[in-house]
Amino acid sequence: MEIPYTVTARPDTGLWNAKVGIWLFLASEVMLFGGLFSSYVFLRLDAPPGAWPHGLLNVPVGTGNTAILILSSVTVVMAWASLKMRQLTRYKVYMGITILCGIIFLAVKLAYEWPQKFDHFGAFIKQEALEKYEPYLGNHHLAERGLPPRTEISGHLHNHEALHDETVKEYEVALDPVNADPTNPLMDRPHFLPLAHTDKIATIDKADVEYANMFLPKHSTYFATYFTITGLHGMHVLGGVLVFTYLWLPVGTKLYKRNPEHLANRVEVAGLFWHFVDLVWIFVFPLFYLL
Amino acid sequence: MDQPHDPLMAETATATAGEASHDEHAAHDVSKHIRAYVLVGLTLIVFTGITVALSYVNFGTQKANVAVAMLVATFKAGLVAVIFMHLSSEKRMIYRILIFTVFFVLGLFFLTYLAWYDPITR
Repeated sequence: MEIPYTVTARPDTGLWNAKVGIWLFLASEVMLFGGLFSSYVFLRLDAPPGAWPHGLLNVPVGTGNTAILILSSVTVVMAWASLKMRQLTRYKVYMGITILCGIIFLAVKLAYEWPQKFDHFGAFIKQEALEKYEPYLGNHHLAERGLPPRTEISGHLHNHEALHDETVKEYEVALDPVNADPTNPLMDRPHFLPLAHTDKIATIDKADVEYANMFLPKHSTYFATYFTITGLHGMHVLGGVLVFTYLWLPVGTKLYKRNPEHLANRVEVAGLFWHFVDLVWIFVFPLFYLL
Repeated sequence: MDQPHDPLMAETATATAGEASHDEHAAHDVSKHIRAYVLVGLTLIVFTGITVALSYVNFGTQKANVAVAMLVATFKAGLVAVIFMHLSSEKRMIYRILIFTVFFVLGLFFLTYLAWYDPITR
């Protein structure tokens, strides 16, 4: 059966069908991400002072990934334009770069950014014990400067068994710079280049800890929203890469030989989805990495 | 929706009438836009740098910093939508879909605002 209106416009809509289809789908996607973003806004506005962390993510890596996604948005629109101008080889090159960009983006997320978080430890100190850990928190200094207080001590956990073993009574942590030198004015605001954990070891009594865990989704509201939204976004990137790969393979060439405009339209529709994924990232990046 | 055309007739008509000339026209049209695509890509990367730089500037309150970053992000998103997604010249049908989308997504954020402001128990 021949699918109608793949290249010619349907008279009542003035558009070929897939174009209407993808925009309806993107409309539903706006609501999907809209729901998650509005939850983010709600959770963040209601977070007590100092509870919403800053500077936990790697900004240069996030910026690089943003640039990669923008580059792929340019190349995918160039791939479409090449097909419109009936240049199959150029299409293959541009589409190949787009696919590569998508894979790099995902690799950086899954092989570098996320595992690094899973390997990072943080302990929220009980209200009554904050004074005891003042040398690591520097809350007097922060109060003097009118800044929100710190309640978490973070770094590299030496004794992982402490997470599960109840007989281990304390956490042994190689401190992050912010907790190693909390009254240093340089630590008042997040850094562009991430600082490695220090040699300074702190022993934190489990009895003083409200809650402690690795930087997993359950660690805090911040990480729960971060992993949910970037996870869903990552799945969209994966979906886009799979569709692009399909259109890039010989199947695409076969369609091009039969009806080049049909392939161009498929690429346009897949490209619209890809631009939307880029558009979501434009909001994700500052909200989670920078602010 | 209310056009009297027979859709099949219309399709064959456009397909035969303007295949060759339409193709040439489209190719010429597209080549004109390529410069714009590259320029928009560069602008987006520059503004990513600006967003990062502005996040280290203290605008007084954290809320002000968020507002500035969202303003830049909205500008970037607008560029993507208008140039890359061809919204600068789309058919009316697409705008109709998007008007509903904008209405409902704003409604969604308004609900969030109501829940946070909590006018009933506050």
